[in-house]
Amino acid sequence: MSQHYPALIVIVPLLAAFIISVAGWINKKLCFPIAVAAVTVSTGSSIGLLFRVMNEGVVHYRLGGWLPPWGIAYYVDQLNALVLCVVTVAALLNLIAAKKSIEQEFPERIGPFYTLYVLFVTGMVGITVTGDAFNLYVLLEIASITGYALIAMGDKDRAPLASLNYLYMGTIGACFYLLGVGYLYIATGSLNMVDIARILPDLYQSKAVLGAFIICMVGVWIKMAFFPLHGWLPNAYTFAPSASSSLIAPLMTKVMIYVMIRLILTVFTPKFAFATLAISDSIVWLACIAIVMGAIFALAQRDLKKMLTYIIVAEVGYMVGGAWLGNRAGMTGAILHIMNDALMTLCAFLVVGNIVYKVKGYAFDNLKGLFAKMPFTMGAFVIAALSFIGVPPTCGFFSKWYLISGAIQAGHYGFMVALIFSSLVNVVLFFRIIEIGYYEPFSDHHGHDHPAEPMAEAPLTMLVPLYIVAAGLILVGLYTGNIVNHIIRFVIPGSFV
Amino acid sequence: MGDLIQAIVAKYNYWIYITLMMIGLYAMIAKNNLVKKIVGMNIFQTAIILFYVSTGVKRGGTLPIIEHGHGGHSHVIHAADYINPLPHVLMLTAIVVSVATLGVALALAIRIYNRYNTLEEDEILAQIREE
Amino acid sequence: MKTIGLIIAVLTGALLIYATADFPAWGDPHSPASLHVSPYYIEKTIEETAVPNIVTSVLADYRGYDTMYETTVIFSAGVACFLLLRTFRRKEPEERLYRHVLTGVTIHAKRGKLPPSGDFERIDTAWTPPDLIIKTMCRLLIPFIQLFALYVIAHGHHSPGGGFQGGVMLGASVILLAISQDLRTAVRRLGEKVDALLCAAGVFIYAGTGALCLLLGLNFLDYSALVRVLPCDPIMARSHGIFIVEIGVGIAVMATMIWIYCNVSSSGEYDEGL
Repeated sequence: MSQHYPALIVIVPLLAAFIISVAGWINKKLCFPIAVAAVTVSTGSSIGLLFRVMNEGVVHYRLGGWLPPWGIAYYVDQLNALVLCVVTVAALLNLIAAKKSIEQEFPERIGPFYTLYVLFVTGMVGITVTGDAFNLYVLLEIASITGYALIAMGDKDRAPLASLNYLYMGTIGACFYLLGVGYLYIATGSLNMVDIARILPDLYQSKAVLGAFIICMVGVWIKMAFFPLHGWLPNAYTFAPSASSSLIAPLMTKVMIYVMIRLILTVFTPKFAFATLAISDSIVWLACIAIVMGAIFALAQRDLKKMLTYIIVAEVGYMVGGAWLGNRAGMTGAILHIMNDALMTLCAFLVVGNIVYKVKGYAFDNLKGLFAKMPFTMGAFVIAALSFIGVPPTCGFFSKWYLISGAIQAGHYGFMVALIFSSLVNVVLFFRIIEIGYYEPFSDHHGHDHPAEPMAEAPLTMLVPLYIVAAGLILVGLYTGNIVNHIIRFVIPGSFV
Repeated sequence: MGDLIQAIVAKYNYWIYITLMMIGLYAMIAKNNLVKKIVGMNIFQTAIILFYVSTGVKRGGTLPIIEHGHGGHSHVIHAADYINPLPHVLMLTAIVVSVATLGVALALAIRIYNRYNTLEEDEILAQIREE
Repeated sequence: MKTIGLIIAVLTGALLIYATADFPAWGDPHSPASLHVSPYYIEKTIEETAVPNIVTSVLADYRGYDTMYETTVIFSAGVACFLLLRTFRRKEPEERLYRHVLTGVTIHAKRGKLPPSGDFERIDTAWTPPDLIIKTMCRLLIPFIQLFALYVIAHGHHSPGGGFQGGVMLGASVILLAISQDLRTAVRRLGEKVDALLCAAGVFIYAGTGALCLLLGLNFLDYSALVRVLPCDPIMARSHGIFIVEIGVGIAVMATMIWIYCNVSSSGEYDEGL
């Protein structure tokens, strides 16, 4: 069965989604175990695939038995395998942690919610593992449609409008990507990524290829919320229910960054993206603006969830800037940051989920005295805060280190200044919350303060995954050297200095 | 000048689809009514579908169904006799995706209408700001 | 907002037009798209899959993986509409309209409801005149529409057609019943639970066929593995595999079209809609 790992990762959640949909009508209690079993099989297969790729190199899988470019083929190298592991592990931990909050918020709609959850995971995993440009579009649409529905189930007043705005921008982004693939098809006649890369070098001067590149990039930037195309993200992630936001926020933008890196490294080889086009400098400046604006908007917010969404906008700027710096350290930092940012964002949003489950609100006023009331949750929050700021040995420090050394090596001091500015602003943001949570006494808005608040921590099914992620933040930081040397080093082509 | 006219006439189909696409894109960005935005989205996606399908045309080609298909296998099949089937296949998928997105968008618009009793975005934002 | 929209549209259009300068002319038989991948499909479809309709063989066999996800997209849209709109609160409608069957007299009940009896039928609040011609004609036409839809699904190998086209027509036949009579009649004929189960079953047939091929030893969706289950040679096994997945697609698309229509037109209440 191990030669079928690339297929199993996507197919088992897909089949499970249909079974969950039927189970939702017959017996609601079956939905959660089936979902956990499916995502666990997917996680096991992706870890197995990672080890296979580390031993053998690139893994190919032909769907339908047809050779590429006539059939759809999977092309799994170290970059895919790493992102696959991150996506499946994050989805599994979030599924376990979100069980109580789903049962609290929509008790009669458990079946459809879990169906869409597992289909979203299928979409994310499918985008990561595929080697065919059009297949990526179809899976992107699966992930997007299920994402719109998952987000719209939140706050009754604001969530449908936020989701509809996300739908408009997301559709424009996906259609731009489709148009770019169409231009590439007209110019080369093929849809397979490796095949396109083989044919393209003769066509670098073609205006159609230049148009295809720009349109694909703009489409992917819209889907990853790169400033100024980020308008949909804050509202969509803030008003979503906690189970959805802690699933979608860590994964959607990071997988889109993976798509961008895949387009730069494999489809339009670095020779085209960096040398022929010579726009990498301006894109790094755009990334600097994204980081600074994300940090400034985050400072202006008065509630925790919206502040975290603007921090996501800034983190996207880190990764886009790092990838477009054009040197080995920058690209290593960007790829490492995909993994680290997914874990950090998952940790932060799981904390918010715990807070919402107990306190029913996430504005700064609701956070007073939480360190006494929910010490374990806020402990994990402190670890996540240290990672966002970039304190060793958490993983955030190491990816920032690679990004800054890449910036210095490329001579792009503006990017380095933006990174340091963002770290300082994160210090202010997170210490402000720690101060509200630790020093202010808890008040429940009735006017009288309780002297010694008894601890009312979130249930264990929500705490254990949270602590696994928080421990992961530190472990991934300590093992950064191994990850870079055994996995990421082989992804970056030799032409990078 | 004759060269430019020649270039424009030879590729007039692409100009038409790009114009349709931009009409749809303008409607999605500039209109206030939520349903008009959804209609603009549909126009945008349909123009992309037309664009892809037009790349499959071959002069002198017929439908992509093999003539004398069932029966003798002795006929030699020339690829130049049939139009390109691959864009049609890709666009079947794109049509289904656009219908699915349209369904979800309409469901969201109904939810918004049931809550705010209006479909104009500026009135909805005004109601939100009052709360 | 309008000027920003205009500027964005003009700039994007200019970029796209600039990129068409290097496109092949319309109908050029020597364009890269016509020369690279598609000649293989045209020349080899009969000898590898025994299906004359090249679009069907590419859709369901060569690129069958994409089509499976396309069916999943439509399934997830159905589930999404259900999740977003369906309300289970028994909110009794305040006013009802009833029509006396024999005389056509309409009664407007402001509060409460009449007990069910054969003399009075309930009509929608958006009052419509009695429409015997429409009801009768649609009742006569619907079986033929469904028969034609089944023909389109089954004949997708030899003529334009296939699972999606036939499935939409099947769905349209039930929606025609809902439009010509009313939503309650259509829901009585094809209940909500059966519809949701059919939707999941249709896509499950597709993915399940692929998984069966994987369990029988070959790659996912490699239909030639079906020779161990079906009594034929590998090429005909591909043709039959395509037919099975087309049936799955047809069922799924029919069920989803009806499901989305019922949810969207009645805002999730399944009481009155169009």
